[in-house]
Amino acid sequence: MQKFIEGSRAVAEFVGMCRPDVISAYPITPQTHIVEELAQIVADGELKSQFINVESEFAAASVVLGASATGARTYTATSSQGLLLMAEVLYNIAGMRLPIVLTCANRAVSAPISIWNDHQDSISVRDSGWIQLYAEDNQDAADMHIQAYKIAEDNDILLPVMVCMDGFILTHSFEPVDVPSPDEVDAFLPKFNPEIYLTAKNPLSLGLMAPPDSYMETRFALFKTLEESKEKIVKTAREFKKTFGRSSGELVEHYKIDGADTVLVCMGSIAGTVKVVVDELRQGGKKVGLLKIRCHRPFPEEEIKKALSKAKNIAIVEKAVSMGLGGVLATEIKAVLPDTNARAGVSNFIIGLGGRDITKKDIVNIVDKTVSGPVENEFVNINLSLLDE
Amino acid sequence: MKATKVLVGRPGTTVANKTGSWRTFYPVLDNEKCKSCGLCALYCPEGCIIVEEQPGQKKKKYTPDLDFCKGCSLCAAICPAKAIEMKEEEK
Repeated sequence: MQKFIEGSRAVAEFVGMCRPDVISAYPITPQTHIVEELAQIVADGELKSQFINVESEFAAASVVLGASATGARTYTATSSQGLLLMAEVLYNIAGMRLPIVLTCANRAVSAPISIWNDHQDSISVRDSGWIQLYAEDNQDAADMHIQAYKIAEDNDILLPVMVCMDGFILTHSFEPVDVPSPDEVDAFLPKFNPEIYLTAKNPLSLGLMAPPDSYMETRFALFKTLEESKEKIVKTAREFKKTFGRSSGELVEHYKIDGADTVLVCMGSIAGTVKVVVDELRQGGKKVGLLKIRCHRPFPEEEIKKALSKAKNIAIVEKAVSMGLGGVLATEIKAVLPDTNARAGVSNFIIGLGGRDITKKDIVNIVDKTVSGPVENEFVNINLSLLDE
Repeated sequence: MKATKVLVGRPGTTVANKTGSWRTFYPVLDNEKCKSCGLCALYCPEGCIIVEEQPGQKKKKYTPDLDFCKGCSLCAAICPAKAIEMKEEEK
């Protein structure tokens, strides 16, 4: 059924249909609407779930960690400082192999305080062992949650999944969303059936100390499983497409890459703007395409290499920076490109930090700059008059 | 890939995990000198001095459990009869 709803409402409804046993979250803009809606759904008796109010994001993450360890399906959501306050627990969740699903409504990180969107929060915890998916629009964000549980809870995978959706741009905008029926979701998503969980009937402990003779093996297993999960992510995306008739890509999405001299690479909602620009430039005879990274962790190395193999110019456009180095995605993509020839045509741009608008004109300028020569770590539309000499 | 053997702890692992290997010094108890006061067993922070009745004797037998003794020397320091000597572990 088509509904015209807010992105947060769509995510809440879809998560509700996944029937989490335990939900815990602490309010933080721009994530708040999601859990407000879920609290309402639970309070209205439409979803039988424990909604646990807590005093911080650290507590929220800890609650879902504990609940998940008992075999419950769990959900939490956060943004920005909230995600960073969870950071310690995020590592614990991944280390303990608990299949928790978290929505990160992407927001800039303080200081200075900014409630608006960029990707610095989720990018900062990219090495924690979570699968990270980035949504392009509200349908995509909502659909990803159903897929996220299916990926996470596979007994061969058992990894937490972070669904990243751009704060405000997606969470607070209204779009038509195709909402499945609860029966359709039930048929697609089996019940969580873990082999190992905490129960008084069979006492055991999770997350104990591992001395130097065994810690490294747990990290190796986590690393390997992230790699193995690529196959599961692709399989789940295909099954989803077969069942629900729509797809927003698998690990990556190709958009008019065939025959493109210049390929832009990006993650999240900016892909929508880039697609419009690509269409317009293609009409004007410019050979431009887009590679959207849908899954950032595990990093789709092979898919990226393949997609960029014929491009003369590559523009990586992203909303996060590794301070002291440069664009994060740009650094990663340069690292997987085969040789210096391929890397020579790479330009990278930092854009839209702290919610600054990204216009079609900005993207056109990026294409022009990329074609006329490599540009490194350009911060798009910097207003020099705000800076001291 | 999983590391269940490491990540999942079963009950009783504190008995299975022999922590005595952390030790640098180990106690040697001289039963001849021992007056059976029991202070060593009371003071041992790890509770690993084994106390046994000896048939036909009032005196009890005290034996440090070297599987778990960390070699802290408290037993030797508290013993009024100076019946416990600490010796360096040869590794």
